Amino acid sequence: MRALSCQVPRVGALIFSRQHALRWQRHIDCLYNFLVTVHAPSEKPVLKTRPVYLNLIQIRQPLPALVSILHRISGAALFLVGIPVCLIALQASLASPDALAEARSLIAHPLAKLVLLGLLWSYLHHLCAGVRFLLLDLHQGIELGPARQSSIAVLAASLALTIAIGVRLW
Amino acid sequence: MVKRIVVGAHYGLKDWLVQRVTAVIMIVYTLLWLAIALYHGGIDLALWQAMLANGALRVITLLLGVSVLWHAWVGMRDIWMDYIKPTAVRLTVEVLTVVVLIGYGGWLAQLLWSAK
Repeated sequence: MRALSCQVPRVGALIFSRQHALRWQRHIDCLYNFLVTVHAPSEKPVLKTRPVYLNLIQIRQPLPALVSILHRISGAALFLVGIPVCLIALQASLASPDALAEARSLIAHPLAKLVLLGLLWSYLHHLCAGVRFLLLDLHQGIELGPARQSSIAVLAASLALTIAIGVRLW
Repeated sequence: MVKRIVVGAHYGLKDWLVQRVTAVIMIVYTLLWLAIALYHGGIDLALWQAMLANGALRVITLLLGVSVLWHAWVGMRDIWMDYIKPTAVRLTVEVLTVVVLIGYGGWLAQLLWSAK
């Protein structure tokens, strides 16, 4: 058993990427633990612990994961910025014409427009991804292929709608 | 000390369901305004104010507000639970979230019913 574990660096050296190496190490750990359990069933199985690297930046995220994390980020943005901005806009729209004119001059600033564009995308992405999640809850399109296609559709539709509505507003 | 298992059947089911029901309400509300815009060929300020002076639409908008705030609460609570581990900090942030959301609700009601 000891000899097997000694081969790990040699196998690792043949492999190109770090994730690839980590995956191989895990396969070998698994085999090692299995062999230990099989060859010494009377003993308590020795489970080797190795650090597992789950660095989200290093792992290439599949598209559904991208849609999911953007759903969370856009939701947080809508809570932190979107709701207060909507309430302020509603207040201005229902108040005197002066207040409305003031609000209009405020959102004429390029930075404010950028924030509003970000909020528009957040709303549209949250909506599109939310519809997708509702459909997944109803077991629509849960196979790998359709799930990938629908996540591409969500990303594309929310971006396209943001551009289309953004252009119309400005 | 009483040891209780606080995870199990139904724990969190209500939140899960609320998140989806409120989502559907918000989609329907969005479609409602789209329909109004299509029917009138766009929405200008006068139409907007006239629509919100309508009692039914006021109540519907308040219901939308409740849906948004409840939905935001479920989502933000999930986020705080995932990323803030110290209980004291998490509780503080959660309480702040609730207070802010209830404040938004009051603000919305006041805006809707003070409009002429």
